[in-house]
Amino acid sequence: MNKKQKRMLARIIIAAVMLVILNFIPVSGFLRLFFYLADYLIIGYDILKKAGKGIMNRRVFDENFLMSVATVGAFALAIYSGSGDYNEAIAVMLFYQIGELFQSYAVGRSRKNISALMDIRPDYANIEQDGRLIKVDPDEVSIGSIIIVQPGEKVPLDGIIIEGSSSLNTSALTGESLPRDAKTGDEIISGCINMTGVLKIRTSKEFGESTVSKILELVENSSSRKSKSEDFISKFARAYTPAVCYGALALAFLPPLVQMIMGSTAQWSVWIYRALTFLVISCPCALVISIPLSFFAGIGGASKEGILIKGSNYLETLSQAKCVVFDKTGTLTQGVFEVIGVHHNELENAQILEYAALAECASSHPISKSLQKAYGREIDHSRVNDIEEIGGYGITAQVDGKSIAAGNSKLMKKLGITYYECHSAGTIVHIAIDGEYAGHILISDIVKPHSKAAVAELKKAGVEKTVMLTGDTKRVAEQVAETLGIDEVYSELLPAGKVSKVEELLSAKNEKSKLAFVGDGINDAPVLTRADIGIAMGAMGSDAAIEAADVVLMDDDPMQISKAIKISRKCIRIVYENISFALVIKFACLALGAVGIANMWYAIFADVGVMIIAILNAIRALRVRDL
Amino acid sequence: MKKTYKIEVDCANCANLMEDAARKTSGVDSAVVNFMTQKMTVEFTEGQEPKKVMKEVLKACKKVEPDCEIEL
Repeated sequence: MNKKQKRMLARIIIAAVMLVILNFIPVSGFLRLFFYLADYLIIGYDILKKAGKGIMNRRVFDENFLMSVATVGAFALAIYSGSGDYNEAIAVMLFYQIGELFQSYAVGRSRKNISALMDIRPDYANIEQDGRLIKVDPDEVSIGSIIIVQPGEKVPLDGIIIEGSSSLNTSALTGESLPRDAKTGDEIISGCINMTGVLKIRTSKEFGESTVSKILELVENSSSRKSKSEDFISKFARAYTPAVCYGALALAFLPPLVQMIMGSTAQWSVWIYRALTFLVISCPCALVISIPLSFFAGIGGASKEGILIKGSNYLETLSQAKCVVFDKTGTLTQGVFEVIGVHHNELENAQILEYAALAECASSHPISKSLQKAYGREIDHSRVNDIEEIGGYGITAQVDGKSIAAGNSKLMKKLGITYYECHSAGTIVHIAIDGEYAGHILISDIVKPHSKAAVAELKKAGVEKTVMLTGDTKRVAEQVAETLGIDEVYSELLPAGKVSKVEELLSAKNEKSKLAFVGDGINDAPVLTRADIGIAMGAMGSDAAIEAADVVLMDDDPMQISKAIKISRKCIRIVYENISFALVIKFACLALGAVGIANMWYAIFADVGVMIIAILNAIRALRVRDL
Repeated sequence: MKKTYKIEVDCANCANLMEDAARKTSGVDSAVVNFMTQKMTVEFTEGQEPKKVMKEVLKACKKVEPDCEIEL
């Protein structure tokens, strides 16, 4: 508790004790009023002050005003009727303050909880100077500097390990508790915790561009993007408070006036009391606080699991996802390709691989990487000229003066070269040397171990349709789709074709159900932006994906997709529970108060009780581990 | 230009009111108050001096919620 909260707690205790004692002291008349009034001021002076200021600034009708009018009114009625029962006025103020204190405490606690989860901001970086380590602000470290990370320290900047090996704890980033091994030559991302060995790292990014900064920025800005439910609540509160004030006014004066006109005695005090009850019930706090708190807790809980959601609006959309579209490579499959064999070749296998690897040496496409890996030797770039990459087709290049074409069957058709189809499923790289067909290389991708279970989980979570898009051949695509249990598959798509396919799917579905696209962020940024909700996987270190996606999964386990959807559903369910619970209780009590069944004590429950229950329910959204 | 300021506000409704007040201040293009992280993100209109505008924003916010604070 902070100082403000402690002072409030002290005031609440003093006022409560005093109220109990006053009920046992037999004083009466003016002295009694004086004591009770003193107690009332102890607990409520700040509310009265705020209400007064509000009126001076011509801003009436806030909750301070509601409470002041209700309690002062109750006091006045007690004096007027001579009953001497001042308990109600003080109790209303007391419980209102308890509610406010609880709210600020609960919010503070969950804020702290969530920021502790995201405690990945590095405070310093170690730089070696004259044989000694000095600590500097990570912001001041320029690209290419050498930093040293000792065991137990956070990696402050992205870079490449140039010396040492260690295991890294990435749980703050990915939610994955198993440590990850890192050795010399590996890329390392900021935000991991170095566990065992000393690491020397050459930085490759400035702090502002490093993974850790990107993630922090994303999480900290996330609740600024407001969801429809939040917008609804703030608009509702704006119209609601004045409305109930006028309602209370009408309730206080209209019925007695009608009674007067009808010729019977006007029961002024009865109706004014009912109007005051009405005011206490009407306070909109429960709604206004619990909705953003639910979203905040949901987003916080998700980030603990390595699922970063960029805003409450995206959380809301994600919960309505009925159709999930996957990119195949890197999402459902590992994107690690391996050369399985070389067919229909007259030259040596190794020779074909060498030409292919050299021709593709400039490409970072996973297929090219697998060719380079299979080649296994250092690539001599001076042997390669005139590299031309034709997206969706392949590559042509000059290697050792020979013109090499490496790509799919479309490339061969384009170049007018006859080729042989391969009879095994996999990705085929046809090779032509100087316009002559020289054989093809069979490359296969491996399905991720959890992909099948992930697709099944999605179905269980209520997703109606799963679709897979790929640039791969029809045969490979269908085989993968069948093993994984995917409903629809579209193959041999160029990057632009994926966008138009997603657009087609978007227009085919109905308004209410949303379409989510899951990709690994490589080459599919446009699709990520186009879908209702873009989910990027395994995005550690990929800026483009973090930028383009609405939801970022830090891990590349496909099980995380269904988890993200489940978290969003739970959170939205809590939001709706709170909205309906608060509104139903409030309106029921308002109705009961208007006809005189609910007294001031009901009113206190309707205000403070509902708020506390709603807040406790909202905090539930933080617990997502077992979903 | 966009800037983020740390704020102190106790109730969610007051945060909404602050947001409203900040938006209506001249020189402010848009303003978002994040009650949960206690931050206010203000986008200023072209050519406005943020410091001067923020003084006005603070004044406007104090009017709707005397208890609030903006760290300038």
